[in-house]
Formats: sequence, structure tokens, C-alpha cells
Amino acid sequence: MKHHSLNALLAIVAVLLLVAAHFGWIDNYIQIVVMTIGINIIMSTSLNLVNGNMGEFTCGHAGFMCVGAYVSSIISVLCFGSKFGDPMLPAGSVLFVFPFILLIGGAVAAVSSLLVSVPSFKTRDDYLAIISIAVNYMIISALENMNFIGGSRGFQGMKDTYWAMIDIFDGPWMLFWVINFTIFTVWVIRRFISSTYGKGVNAICQDEVAAEIMSVNTNKIKIINFMVAAGLAGCAGGLYAHIIGYVNPQSFNILKSTEAMVMVYLGGMGSLSGAIISAILFTTLMEILRSQAIIDGMLSPVTFIFPDWEPSAGVIKWVMIPLLLVIVMQFRPEGIMGNRELSDVFPKLKKFYRFK
Amino acid sequence: MLLQVENLEVKYGNIQALHGISFHVNEGEIVTLIGANGAGKTTSLYTITRLPPPEAPRVVGGDIKFKGESILKTRPSAVVKDLHLALSPEGRRIFGNLTVLENLKLATYARDRGADLDAEYERIFELFPRLKERRNQRSESLSGGEQQMLAVGRALMTGCKILLLDEPSMGLAPVLKYELFRKLKQLNEEGMTILLVEQNANLALHLAHRGYVLDTGTIVAEGTSEELLGNPEVKKAYLGG
Repeated sequence: MKHHSLNALLAIVAVLLLVAAHFGWIDNYIQIVVMTIGINIIMSTSLNLVNGNMGEFTCGHAGFMCVGAYVSSIISVLCFGSKFGDPMLPAGSVLFVFPFILLIGGAVAAVSSLLVSVPSFKTRDDYLAIISIAVNYMIISALENMNFIGGSRGFQGMKDTYWAMIDIFDGPWMLFWVINFTIFTVWVIRRFISSTYGKGVNAICQDEVAAEIMSVNTNKIKIINFMVAAGLAGCAGGLYAHIIGYVNPQSFNILKSTEAMVMVYLGGMGSLSGAIISAILFTTLMEILRSQAIIDGMLSPVTFIFPDWEPSAGVIKWVMIPLLLVIVMQFRPEGIMGNRELSDVFPKLKKFYRFK
Repeated sequence: MLLQVENLEVKYGNIQALHGISFHVNEGEIVTLIGANGAGKTTSLYTITRLPPPEAPRVVGGDIKFKGESILKTRPSAVVKDLHLALSPEGRRIFGNLTVLENLKLATYARDRGADLDAEYERIFELFPRLKERRNQRSESLSGGEQQMLAVGRALMTGCKILLLDEPSMGLAPVLKYELFRKLKQLNEEGMTILLVEQNANLALHLAHRGYVLDTGTIVAEGTSEELLGNPEVKKAYLGG
């Protein structure tokens, strides 16, 4: 009971979501929001591994997402699409091959993280932040200049893979994959953090020199930690590409990286449950503020004074969310959860599940 | 000879910190490096533990040998893990938001998987009973002396054979200082080799078997503790009188 309560809860929620989506009880829009929440959970928890648990400061996480998105899209098109000639694999195998396509995208993203982790041996803090931004730009610019995958016009054709799945069984496949990969990500990160390597990561966060004289091989731990984080971000990129069916280098620019960072700092550094909560909160808030009616309602005192001003939701959203961040940082600088997990805040939860 | 430093020359950027110093440590000895501020004592220890930059200086000449083999190309984590050299650094550098016990546990990172360490925790607690009282307390809430004991205990938990101590008496009240040094003596009698870097030359020389006097990156005097304590020049320059 104690060991399976959380798993059972997750399974029930996942099945309910899938059944609801399959029978059309929740429409496509809600499905997209749920999938975005899933992708944002992957992004924030994986960035939390670097910025929170290891205490390094990187702000180019979307770059790795970009690598994952492109690599898995290209493989996906090669295997099941018609863009580069005939499909290499029979359409019937798509359900077995698709998770591997995403994982390969993640693996290549993990390798690309060496661009940040190797300089991180000798640089820290602000300097590493600059390096990570530079890497983000390098990845985007490199892809923009590759004409055979569309360059800056973007790349599409991944929907063929999705149609191949639909041909086998007409169901909410992308939702299924997103839910599975989100749970997989959280599981991987939780296992990693509670492992011996995870202890080394925490030691590096507190004092790198002290960690080194405790025989933690800091270079190795940094490489592994960056690889895990970037690999998971790559998987998120692959999922994103297959949901939208189109990728463009500019959708993974610094703004996307910032979104991931905002989620990490909102949730609290080094808190896995905080990262999940803030990803859900942030994505929901973004969707709520998309509505023109809500924005008009919120700003009615202002528009009453300035009747000529007609705020547009798409623009005002980007005033509201940073404002929220300013308020949170002012009154609760450690984020929603601080350094604690949900089970530290509500110790009664430990009765239902062993969190460590 | 367990540890041997030969003509070691190191630089921080363009500034040469050590001008070819040589010293050695035999098994079961307490050796002390004494000298004024900026003499190169801490630099010598950092160089031996091969810490990564920016803390560690660049070796431009000479060699460090452990049991006759050069360790200049060894990674710092391997120095602790394979050569069993542990440093208790200047300023303690304990992990403040972990408890005392967690700090000690983290030090077992170097140990083999599945090694039975209960006896060793007990040994540390026997050596420093104060740590046992406070084992579940966050270590940043300890007093300075207790933190120093924790730093030494943490170095011991790595399973070291040579203990490098960087100014263990810094910031300690005299009573605690003497207590700590008695513990070091006890450790040495149990077979631990100790390389001690210390500002308090008098105290260090009374504990150590042999000593080296450093001055701006060169060794100006060496010998047994009695010789150094009796040496009028050393007395005048470093022992204050």
C-alpha cells in the first residue's frame, strides 16, 4: 500500500486523462494545455537538476531542447515520413520505435551538453551563464543555416509518424507519450538525486573544493549531471516537435530558456516537487492570461481612467507574468517550496509514500 | 619515505609562490610546516592535494612523490580515494546545511561500496565526543571548535593514511586548541601520519617530530622539533622571543 499509493494515483490520473481525451470529454485545446504542462514539467525539473541541485547558473536550456527536437524529428521523418524519400520502416512498427526516436533525440542533446559542461570545469556563476547563452545561440544559428532541414523556415513532416499511430489505433497518442515521458523524467531525476551521484551533486552545490577533497570527482559529476538534464530536455523537445508537427529554431531561443528558468526559480531551487508545481502553475497561468476577457477584467480600473487604451492579451501577458515573478521574488525569494520537497512541508504525506 | 616533495616550484598566474622547496614525510610521523603569513604553507598543501584551479597553483618545476611515484598527474579525487591523503582545509569548509552525521557520511564517498563503517563512525565519535552529542544538528550551528573537529573527523572518514591539516587551531580558544592537539597526538600514536600547517609555531613544534620553517616560498630551516625550538634565529623570527 505504502509503496504503491503514489504510483496508483498517477496511473489513475493518467488513465482518466487518456480515457477523457479518447472519448472527447476534454477537447483538443485542453489536451494541448495538458501536454504543454507535461513538457514544461520535464523542462523545469531537468533544469532544476543543474540550477537548483548543482547550484550552477545556466540559462540556455532550450538549446538542448532544440537539439532533441530536430534530431528526433529528422529520424522520425526518415523512418516514417515521405519527405526524404520512402519511409525506412513499416508503419506498423511505429509504436515500438517512437519512444526510441525520442530517446535518441535526448541522447544527442546529452552529448551536445558537453559544450557547456566542459567549460564548467573552470568557470562558474555569471561566466557559465554567458557560456550557456552562447551555446543556445550557437545551436539555433547552426540549425538556421542548415538548408537541407529547412533552415530558418523550419522543419515539418513529423505528423506522418503521428498518422501512422492513428492508423493502428485512433486514440490520443501524443498525450499518452507525454504522460509517460513526464513520469519517466520525474522518476529518473528522483532516482538520480537520491543516488550516490546525487549526493556528489549536492556537495558540489555547497562547496566545490570541499567536495573535491571528499574525493567527489567534480568533473565527472558535472558531465553526468549536465547530460542527464540536457538529455531529458532533448526528450521534451522531441515530444514538442511531434505535438506541433513543426519546429523552427527560433521557438527555442533565449525566451524559451528563460521560461524554464522562471519555472525553476518560482518553484524553489533544488526542490523537485517545487519544479513540478511551478510548471503546472506557470503553464496554467499563461493559458488563463491568454484570454482577452480576463485581461480586460483585470485591467478595467486602468482602462476606466484611460479609455483610449485597448490592452491586448498577447502583450499584457508578458507584463503580468514578469510582474508575478517580481512579486514572488520580493516576498518569497526562496520560491514556492524553497529548498524543501512536498513531503517536508506536509509530513503526513510520508504515511502514504516513501519519498526517499 | 611516504610523501616526498622535491624542488617544488609553483606559480599563481605570474607570481611565484614556492621557489623550489623540498621536504618529506615518513610513515607514522607528525611533520609541521611553520612560517609567517604568505610563506607558502597552504599553497604547499593545495599543491599536494592537486586541487583544481582557481584554488590550486600551477606547478612549474619539481615533483611530488607518493611512495616514490609522481602524483602530479593524479586527479584530486583519486588522491583521496587511491592514495588515502585527506585534507582538512583552512577555514574548515564543512557542508553547513547538512547535519554532522551527513557531513561524515559524505566523506565516505571515497570508500568502497558496502564497506562496514559503523566502527569508524564510532571511532570518530570516541575521538570527538562533542560530535556525537550533536550528530543530528545542522553543522553550521556548531561552534568554531566543534566545526574544526568535524572538519578533522570528516577528513578521517575518508579512510586516510596521511592527514593534511591546514591551520586547525585557527580561531579556536586556547582550551579547545590544546584539546584538539591532544587528539592529534592520540591519532598519531594510533598510527596516523600527519602533515600539519600551523601559524602557532610553538604549539605545532611541541606536537611534531620534525618541522620545516618556510619564508616567502623557501625553506629557511629544518630539523627535529627540539632543534628548531632551540634554534635562536627561529626563536627570534617565529616564536616571538
